[in-house]
This record gives sequence, structure tokens and C-alpha cells, in this order.
Amino acid sequence: MGALLSFFVVIVLVLIALVGVKGAGLYALFGIVIPYAAVTTFILGVILRVIKWSRSPVPFHIPTTCGQEKSLPWIKYNKLESPAGTLGVIGRMALEVLFFRSLFRNLKTELRDGPKLVYGSNKWLWLAGLAFHWSFLIVLIRHLRFFTHPVPAFVNMIDSLDGFLQIGSPHLLMTGVVLLLAVTYLFLRRVFIPQVRYISLPADYLPLFLIIGIATSGILMRYFYKVDIIKVKELTLGLATLNPEVPAGIGVIFYVHLFLISSLFAYFPFSKLMHMGGVFLSPTRNLANNSRMKRHVNPWNYPVKVHTYEEYEEEFRDKMKNAGIPVEKE
Amino acid sequence: MAKPTKPPKPEELVKIDYNPPEKPWMEVPVEFKPGTFCYGTRPKYLEEVGLPNPREWSPTDDDWKLPSDWKDTVINGIGERLKKYRSFQLFMDICVRCGACADKCHFFIGSGDPKNMPVLRAELMRSVYRKYFSLGGKLLGNLAGARELTFDVFKEWWYYFYQCTECRRCSVFCPYGIDTAEITMMARELFNLLGCNTDWIAGPVANCYRKGNHLGLEPHTITSNIEFMLDDIEEITGIKIEPTFNRKGAEILFVTPSGDLFGDPGTYTCMGYLMLFHELGLDYTWSTYASEGGNFGFFTSMEMAKRLNYKIYAEAKRLGVKWILGGECGHMWRVVHQYMDTWNGPADFLEEPVSPITGTKFENAKTTKMVHIAEFTADLIRHGKLKLDPSRNDHLKVTYHDSCNTSRGMGILEEPRYILKNVCNHFHEMPEDTIREKTFCCGSGTGLNAGENMELRMRGGFPRANAVKHVRDSHGVNMLANICAIDRATLSALMQYWVPDVEVCGVHELLGNALVMTGEKERETDLRLEPLPGKEEDEDV
Repeated sequence: MGALLSFFVVIVLVLIALVGVKGAGLYALFGIVIPYAAVTTFILGVILRVIKWSRSPVPFHIPTTCGQEKSLPWIKYNKLESPAGTLGVIGRMALEVLFFRSLFRNLKTELRDGPKLVYGSNKWLWLAGLAFHWSFLIVLIRHLRFFTHPVPAFVNMIDSLDGFLQIGSPHLLMTGVVLLLAVTYLFLRRVFIPQVRYISLPADYLPLFLIIGIATSGILMRYFYKVDIIKVKELTLGLATLNPEVPAGIGVIFYVHLFLISSLFAYFPFSKLMHMGGVFLSPTRNLANNSRMKRHVNPWNYPVKVHTYEEYEEEFRDKMKNAGIPVEKE
Repeated sequence: MAKPTKPPKPEELVKIDYNPPEKPWMEVPVEFKPGTFCYGTRPKYLEEVGLPNPREWSPTDDDWKLPSDWKDTVINGIGERLKKYRSFQLFMDICVRCGACADKCHFFIGSGDPKNMPVLRAELMRSVYRKYFSLGGKLLGNLAGARELTFDVFKEWWYYFYQCTECRRCSVFCPYGIDTAEITMMARELFNLLGCNTDWIAGPVANCYRKGNHLGLEPHTITSNIEFMLDDIEEITGIKIEPTFNRKGAEILFVTPSGDLFGDPGTYTCMGYLMLFHELGLDYTWSTYASEGGNFGFFTSMEMAKRLNYKIYAEAKRLGVKWILGGECGHMWRVVHQYMDTWNGPADFLEEPVSPITGTKFENAKTTKMVHIAEFTADLIRHGKLKLDPSRNDHLKVTYHDSCNTSRGMGILEEPRYILKNVCNHFHEMPEDTIREKTFCCGSGTGLNAGENMELRMRGGFPRANAVKHVRDSHGVNMLANICAIDRATLSALMQYWVPDVEVCGVHELLGNALVMTGEKERETDLRLEPLPGKEEDEDV
């Protein structure tokens, strides 16, 4: 149900772009106004969300320790999984953000006859997740050539690395294909693994379909329904230099691509996609395991009602004396 | 209160269906199945500590006698906590429902109930969060995965947030470190705003507040319980030990969970401590006021946890000790390691802990000033300060269970293993995906260890028991060692149910067996008064 609904939403978005551009000729709306609005929403939304998160303090020191603590000097401690200092935390976060360390641990639990529980390695989600995020990043970086003039050397380098197979003309860029395959895998596992399907919301399918739509329209535009790349760059460079104009004669598929991207950008700050920012703030990962070495202060710590020793002794004094336990007041 | 029901037989229990139902989870109503939930708290326990809405009630009642504005209390309570805890706010927002956590939860593995998947347990709360705190949820409702807070939802929360032991295993596997424990803690705080604690948690809290420990042992009972142990030690070793209580001017205050003072196998662990300290001539004292290391307040609310935890530093200050040594306990060490100093510190009246025997500075405890006994003992062994005869444990084939809190909320993994390898000759690890940071809960933590909750406990403990069974079958393991008082109490029941020939002990019980004490007589029995290997013949005749 959620999948169908989200699919439908993306189809409607495509139709809106088609009708708006081809039917109504709203080039400036789809080529300038909406992209600007989307990017503004994205930037402000992300900033506001991160500010909102940071305004909630971290009252307690709660890293999830995944290895030996730093204790006695002759016991080797795990600097990355149970870091005792900032450097270790940076290492742990880097592994998490760049290589999805925790997901790499993933296991599949299976109940067999016996009864016997068996834990098997299960790295497909990790692999697909990594392939998806990295190829998406590279695709984004590649796209910088539409927004810069002259194009920075590293963008050209990534571009030529990405196309080093030199298949077809223009050269096939691998990351586009990997992105589409990985995102398709992420969609299929959501549909076919019963537990994952059971927990999936429309909000889980929507970004997948949006990205599938974006990648597909991009690939179609590059290899099949070719658009005038010079004019596209005129438009995108105009957007980037805040000097926007819409050259005539860019194929409608470009506007579909752009509108889907705009939708993703605008949707981003309100969605689970904010995990991109959130992972950096996660207190179970970004704190050092040093809470007995270094005092952690809770900004809202307040005095509480306690049961004092005096009250305790008052109640039990006779029993304590009879048991030979020293007391304060005889 | 109804009589506790017995759990079904293991072969019945293990028929687990992991397929989720046809109906979407929001449409599946909660069912309070006997044996899978705890009794609601009696009013007197709430009155004793001044918590709201004390009354007679039961989770199976149609009317929980909540105040008429209960819904506002919950919604405002959520709002307040979102502003106080970044973890809570963040974990409401960033889950992508990838499902990596799903089969990591022992309650899901043991029950197949999809609402025991950590992701869905959290969604029970997130759905309400979206409805009241997010734009999408307010506008789109169900389409955005949002739902109203109703009494049925509240009941569902209660059932499932008392089916989470805050073990943090899910958070090890989550790519964003989302820790369901953080969400469960918030849910339980909300229940306590409305007087909906469980009896098994609220009772120990009230006991601990007034009497100093969960079990409600009064001062004279503490001393007499320890005297029983001392008699046993004298019988076994010929050595008379005279510990002190509430003694001012001692160098060290020793705090351990009260479970070690009452009922075996906890008491055997306690005998191990007593023997060790005596042999070292340690200048230490027990306290009857701060007679609890554990903290059931931690399963109630952060405020209650702080109120109970207060006694440890207060007593250390009153007695004028230099530092604090803590016994074997799981959640006690989560609290000591990650919370105590923040709540009730700074402990600037104490000194940086130094072992009086080896001179080792425990730099890892330099601000909290509390040292784990496994750190203390491992250091002694490393410096050759203990004479050990591991052959006295030769009748035991030992494996080690990492408790959730000490592994994932502290990281003390090697010290207990180092001790075990020095005090016994037969040690075998369970499969690697079931130990250390990936260890499985006993299934009864966070105050779920009530008798009426037995089916749930046997389900939740199934993965742990199954790993024990593996080493029993492959290596003949017959002893499950651990450093947790709740484990010692609950794993015994779990072993009886799943792996009947395996017993449970604390690490310091085995140390007590192996410890060669100055002037001791030749030992005939272990601390359980069972004959040592090679000493059985007389009995067989």
C-alpha cells in the first residue's frame, strides 16, 4: 500500500513537470523558481533541523561500547570501538560515516531444528547501502561540471574515472548504473523481506522512487533522449551564478529530471533522509568511553529528594546497635 | 493478583512464527497474554517514594484508573523529554527503518512478535510523536505513519516497553547508533507520571529508598546474612573472617548489589569477595545504608535513579573513605560508569583510587572514584599478589556470559576473562556472535525478572540459553560464570528451563574456590559445600 502510494506520488510529480513544461510552457517556473525554492528549503530546513537537535542537550554520557574499555595499562583496549579520547571518537565516526561500520556487523539470525540458533554473515544491506551512498555522492560531484566554469580539475578527473570503461558514446558512467542498481535492491528488499515490508511506511518508499526517477531520467537524458547539453549548462550555470535565464529548446525530460531533484531537495529536511546529519550527532557513537575518567555535566541537573543517612539511622538505630553496627547518635 | 502461570514446555515454546500478521501493525490490538507481563504496582510502593497516582490496578483491567488528563500528561511529558534528551529527539527523527536491528533483539528471536523488533518497538512511540510533534504527521496522519494517542495505544506501549530490557544490542547494529534503551527509558518515565510502574520494579525502589537495598534487608539482617556466609567460609577454610560495617575511617567502601547478600548463587560470589578482602587484609567497610549497588530507579525514571544512587557518594563522604570498590553487577555498572558522577558528583571529597596492594593507580576511574572489582582483582593477579590453585575448579567446565550493561555500557570484557583463566583450568567461549559486545541478555533485565513474567523471560533468554547449550554439547560446559547479580538470579531459572545441567556462578565464587588463603586448612569442598575433585571418595563409600 505504502509502496503504491509513493509510486503514484512520483508519477504525479513526473506528470506535473510534463504538463507544466510541455503543456503550459512554464519554463521559468520549472527551470528557475522551483529549483531555487527547493534549494532554499533544503538549506534552511537542514540548518533549522540541526539547530533543533543541538538545542536538546546530551545530559548523560551514553556511548554504546563495542569493545574493551581503557582500564589497566596491560589490557589492550579497543581504540575504535570503545574510544577513550577524541581521536578515537573521530576514527569511530569516520568508520561509521564513510564505511557504515555498524551495518557491516550485520548478522542474520536463523532458528533451525534442535532448536539451534545460527548467526550468519549478512552483508548485502551493507554492500548495497555503501554502493548507493557512494555512487550518489560521486554522481553529485560529477554534476558540479554543470555549475562551474571552468570545471575544476577534480570533477573532470572523477568524470573520466567514472567513465573509464569507455563503453558507448557518450561514455557510460558506472556510478549512474550502480546507483540505480543499488537503489533498486533497497526497494526490492523492502518489498520482499516480510519483516522489512511490515515496518515500511510510505515515507520509506517515496525517497526510493524519487531517486529511481531521478537516476532513470538522468540516464535516459544522457544516453537516449539526448538534450542540448550546451543549453542545459547555460541554464544551470545561470542558476549557480544567480543570473538565471532559460534558454529555449531544452528537451522536456530535463525538466522532469530537475523537478524530481527539486522535490527530493525540498522533501529532505522533513524526512528520514535527515539521518545524513543525524548520524554525526548520535550520542551513542560520538562520545568517548571515558565517563569515569572525565566528569560529564548535565546542564539541567536538579536537586532531588533523597533519604538521608540521618533519616535511616533514626528508623533503624536500635536494630543497628543490637547488631553491633556503629551509629552517629547513641 | 492471579497466580503466575507456568510457561509452556521448551519444545512448545520454540515453535516460533517469525512471519508478521497480515494486518498492518497499527490495526493489531495488544493482547495481555498471561506469563508475558508483570503485575501493576501496589499503591504503597508509590506512596513510599512520593510518586503520583497510587491505586490498586491491574494491567488486565479495562480501567487503569488514570487521571482524566492523562493524555495531556503523556504528550507534555514527551515534549519535555524531547527538549531534555538529544538521544530521544534524534532517535525519533532519523530511523530509516532498514530493519538491521530486527533479528538482533532477544525478545523478537524468542517470540517472533513483530512489535518486539527494536525498530517497531520504537515506532510504537514514533507514530505518536509524529502525530503531535511533526508537521507531516499533523497534516497527513496515518499516511505519514502517525496515529493518535489512545488508551489502547498506551496499553500497547506498556506491554512492549516492559518487553525491552534496555540491553542495547540493537544499538550495536544500528547504522546511526539508535539505542532503543533510550526510548524505553522515556516510555517508562511517562508510565511513572501516571503511576503505572510494575510491582516488581516499584517494590525494590521503595525498599531501596528507605532501607538502603532492593531486597529490603534491614541493617541487622545484612550483618546476620553475612555471618551465615562467614560460618560457611570457616567450615570450608578454617579461617574466621571479621568484616566491618559502617566503619568510619576505612580506606575503601565496598558496594555490591544486595542480591549477593541473599540467596544462592549470589551468596557464593559474596563469599568470594569476603575471602579475597580478608586474604589481602584490605582496609574496607560494608555499609548497611548504601547497601545496594543496583538501581531499580533506573528502570523507573532518571530522577528516581538519581535519588537512589545518592546514597553511595553520601555514605562514602560520611565514612570518610578514600575511594569506592564495586561488586559484580550489570546495570549497577552502567549507572556507575555512565551516570553516577553526572547525577551526584563531583566526588571531590574522595581520592583517585589506588590499589593498596599493588600500588596501581586506577586512572580510568579518576573522577568517579569507583573501581570495578574485576579490574581490582585482575590487577592483583597480574602482579602475582594472589596464590591460586585453579585445580580446585577442575570439576567445572566454565563459560562466561557478558552482561549487557558491562559490555555495551562500559566495555569491561577482558578483566573477568583474565580472572577466569587464572582461577580455572577449563574455560570455553560461547560462539562469537553471542558474546562481548554482541552478547545476549538473560531476558530478565530492567526489572522484568518477576515470577509472573516467566514465559516472556524464557523466550527472551532463549538466544543466551541456546549459546550455552552449544558449549555444553561441544565442550561439556557445566558452569555459566558472569559478573551480574540479576544474571545470577535469572540465568539459574533460564538454565533449568533450557539447559538443565548447567549451573550459574559469579566470577568471584570461582576465585574464592581457587584462592589459597594464609593458614587455611586443606579444603574438602568448594564454596557450595560440594566435594572438591578427588575428595569425593569418602562420600561414595
